[in-house]
Amino acid sequence: MRSRSASWLVNAVLVIGAASMLFPFLWTLTTSLTAGAGLSATPSLIPADPSLDAYTTLFTATPFARVIANSVGLAIAVTVAQVATSSTAAYAFSRFDFPGKRAAFALYLATMMIPMQVLVVPLFEQMRDLGLIDSYLGVILPTMASAFGVFLLRQAMAAVPRELDEAATIDGAGHVRVFWRIVLPNVRPALATFGIFAFMSSWNAFLWPLVVLRSEDMKTLPLALASLQGQFTTQWDVMMAGSIVSILPMLALYIFAQRYIIQGVAGSGIK
Amino acid sequence: MTQTLTSASRAAASRQRRQATARSRSRRATITAYLFLLPSALPLLAFVVLPMFRAAWTSLHEWNLLTPKAWVGLDNYRDLLTDPETAAAFRHTAYYVLGVLPLTLVGGLGLALALHRSFRGRNLLRGVYFLPVVTSWIAVAIVWRWLLNPSVGIVNELLAMVGIDGPGWWADPAWAMPSIILASAWKDLGYVMVLLLAGLQSLPTDVQEAAMIDGASWWRRLRSITLPLLTPSIFFVVVISLINGFQVFDQVFAMTGGGPNGASEVVVQRIYDLTFRYGEAGMASALSMVLFLVILGVTLIQIRGEKRWVNYA
Repeated sequence: MRSRSASWLVNAVLVIGAASMLFPFLWTLTTSLTAGAGLSATPSLIPADPSLDAYTTLFTATPFARVIANSVGLAIAVTVAQVATSSTAAYAFSRFDFPGKRAAFALYLATMMIPMQVLVVPLFEQMRDLGLIDSYLGVILPTMASAFGVFLLRQAMAAVPRELDEAATIDGAGHVRVFWRIVLPNVRPALATFGIFAFMSSWNAFLWPLVVLRSEDMKTLPLALASLQGQFTTQWDVMMAGSIVSILPMLALYIFAQRYIIQGVAGSGIK
Repeated sequence: MTQTLTSASRAAASRQRRQATARSRSRRATITAYLFLLPSALPLLAFVVLPMFRAAWTSLHEWNLLTPKAWVGLDNYRDLLTDPETAAAFRHTAYYVLGVLPLTLVGGLGLALALHRSFRGRNLLRGVYFLPVVTSWIAVAIVWRWLLNPSVGIVNELLAMVGIDGPGWWADPAWAMPSIILASAWKDLGYVMVLLLAGLQSLPTDVQEAAMIDGASWWRRLRSITLPLLTPSIFFVVVISLINGFQVFDQVFAMTGGGPNGASEVVVQRIYDLTFRYGEAGMASALSMVLFLVILGVTLIQIRGEKRWVNYA
């Protein structure tokens, strides 16, 4: 057995490690509060003269408020679409026997192996043909369905006892009612987990929005952050302010939903 | 006799009727099922399956996104084989995967073992190590560009304090990939930790207890019991890291843009540049197909390999 002192040593290493994990966030925050950081000033761990200048610059010199609204709106739209389309499909796979069911499910699983990275050229072509370049719909359409969500929710729905459906059916409920009133309320934790992941992945998405969105007013946070680098090459306080604005909502979501997020990752391997 | 006949035929008729209603009910159920599938099946077909075929088709053409596609057969694939920049992109991607994987695997394993023990503050520590996973890669990449800034970055300042002249990090072709690897390891460490923790939590405890009673040391138990039992999780981490690693793009784009001088250009960035900078969408499609085959290959290895050498409890 390991001695008590060895255990203390491990914990000390863990705490030092955790501090160095947190340090980049802390340094980002103090840099964003140090006016002229990287040019005329050097940030310190506790800013001597904290200033919100960088945030003011960010919101006046760039359409950052609009950018935040774009990110929020798109993330909500994609999340609602993915939860809706995935849950109805999951209901079909868990409650019906129909010709072609196995093949259809295999096809759904197969689409999980095709990453967006491989589809950039044809999707760009397709969205251009549809006239959807530089539009919100162009971002949403290719990401409105998620085979992963179907898979996750089907597992959860399979665990809802059939007796509940049958009781409702005897009372005269059709499939729409059973789906809405019986099955969905019983898979709320899975819906929450999947919804959080859909929101996070839309919020953090970069490659596809980069391809489809063009004008400054349409950009999402990651795109706007990437172009800050061109605009404020050495104004690190402004860039760090942008990073903080992008990280904070995820941090808040994480603090409230840590259990769902970690369980979701542990159970499926997505991130 | 007639009595029985009529009753038999009546029974047959009613059976037929029952079968007919059952059939129409099952047809109705099938239609309902398809209607429930439709909202996800349509987008998946239109925006994943169809584009996949389109990518394969485009890969056989020369195309600059503007003029009509010109058939070139397998020329794009042949060009890829001899294109030094594509070869470099694959080398850099492999460098990335082979750099990040050992760091996150060893670090994540250490963390998972240390945070599997129960003590106060364990969940808080787990939460802290996982935190970078939920943040946007672009935000994190910009943060690391600042930390690793060659002239005014805090990392080089700290190194200078102990008398080390820090490298040029992302501004130096030789250090661009290590910079990206360092930031990626920091971001992915918690992800690997959580996957391995899930594996540890599902291990049976009786063998461990028996070995403990027999007086086996901690190291001995780790080597002979925990690690062999953990191979399915480790294997999963390796496969998922390979699959994710080959798709690396965001952090490269935001930290180095593939530079300096193409020193850190990876496969997905090459696809992007070929399409939108050089007007070589056909060649980019061919490269996409190759990337897809690589990812498919890794997935198949997972399915095969899992049976062959993974030790299930």
